[in-house]
Amino acid sequence: MQIKHDIYHTMLYRINLILNSEKSVRMHELSIALGIVKIAEAETAKANAKEVERIELEIGELAGVEIDSLDFVWDTAVKDSVLEKAEKHINIIKGIGKCIDCYTEFEMHYIYDTCPNCNSNLKSILKGKELRVKTLDVI
Amino acid sequence: MCGTCGCGNETNGPIITKPGEHVHSHSHDHDHHHGHGHSHEHHHHHHDIEHDDHAHHHHHHHKVLEVEQDILQHNNLLAARNRGYFEAKNIFCLNLVSSPGSGKTTILERTLTDLKDKIPFYVIEGDQQTMHDANRIDALHIPVVQINTGKGCHLESDMVYDAVKKLDVKDNSILMIENVGNLVCPSMFDLGESKRVVIISTTEGEDKPIKYPDMFHTADICIINKMDLLPYLKMDIEKLKNYALQVNPKLKFFEISATDGKGMEEWYNWLLSNI
Repeated sequence: MQIKHDIYHTMLYRINLILNSEKSVRMHELSIALGIVKIAEAETAKANAKEVERIELEIGELAGVEIDSLDFVWDTAVKDSVLEKAEKHINIIKGIGKCIDCYTEFEMHYIYDTCPNCNSNLKSILKGKELRVKTLDVI
Repeated sequence: MCGTCGCGNETNGPIITKPGEHVHSHSHDHDHHHGHGHSHEHHHHHHDIEHDDHAHHHHHHHKVLEVEQDILQHNNLLAARNRGYFEAKNIFCLNLVSSPGSGKTTILERTLTDLKDKIPFYVIEGDQQTMHDANRIDALHIPVVQINTGKGCHLESDMVYDAVKKLDVKDNSILMIENVGNLVCPSMFDLGESKRVVIISTTEGEDKPIKYPDMFHTADICIINKMDLLPYLKMDIEKLKNYALQVNPKLKFFEISATDGKGMEEWYNWLLSNI
């Protein structure tokens, strides 16, 4: 009985994936992925290299990019590009804010997080908005 | 895959059209990388010679490029170019963003009707499909171009760059860009606007600013529309504002009804004070 249930749930999960795929492709993560391809193409050409073996990205927690969505569109975006066979490595940068009222530095998970010391909404975001191609290992 | 518009295939890119004009295909150069025909399934990288100082091995030489580039830099560069052009010509450019159905086009129609004798307006309409919005603006005799993004969920600065060329915007005017109705994606893409205006309607629920914080974080102005419906709703305006201020303490609010005109005067005064 348990096994039957598991198969059923796996199937439901797959169907959901397919149903959601059209929607996901319209997300801005595709534009992000294509921006990465553009940079990789240009830099690889500049270095007279042929393709990228490994790409290292820096994405901040507050940058507004869903890593799952980026992973989802990745294969479509890199197809027939220098990144097609590249191993993708993402460094997630934790959000850090600094309160403008009491100067407390604190960890931020959401843009609307308030200062844990004085509860102020006013802060500057020190880290977490990164959206960068850091390195490319080319051959 | 189109690198400019993010469309899935060649027939789906952004199309920029003036009302009454024939529909052209893509207006930007496509930078596709089709047909490389890689057949090197068993490509060896010869890692054993990586540390060889021999200069002739560049084909198999492994190199690490310290790129350190912002992924959105292409969009940001063109946005900066747009912004410089607007500033030089004293064009006050607004990027209107919201969920679909918040009343962006109705606010535009009312604003244009009431102010078009005082100041020259230009409009760029962004939608995935149809010329409907551009036709509504065209009916008011305001110069307008429609950008159809196809599957794209937001406008990008290069589309605005191309659209502006078609509009021939005069000095000392206001350019309204109505973005694709979507409260997520447009937040990341600077178009070169002078101010970003997020519109929320009273029917949407007060917690929207914290459900979609990125959009409220990047906006300068928040218009609360459909105030005339407030008596019929459970919406708590103060709560909505507090949520929005939690995301972005610098937000300036306008409470309006584009249907009955309530609160529009204050919005108009602000618009005119910026030109």
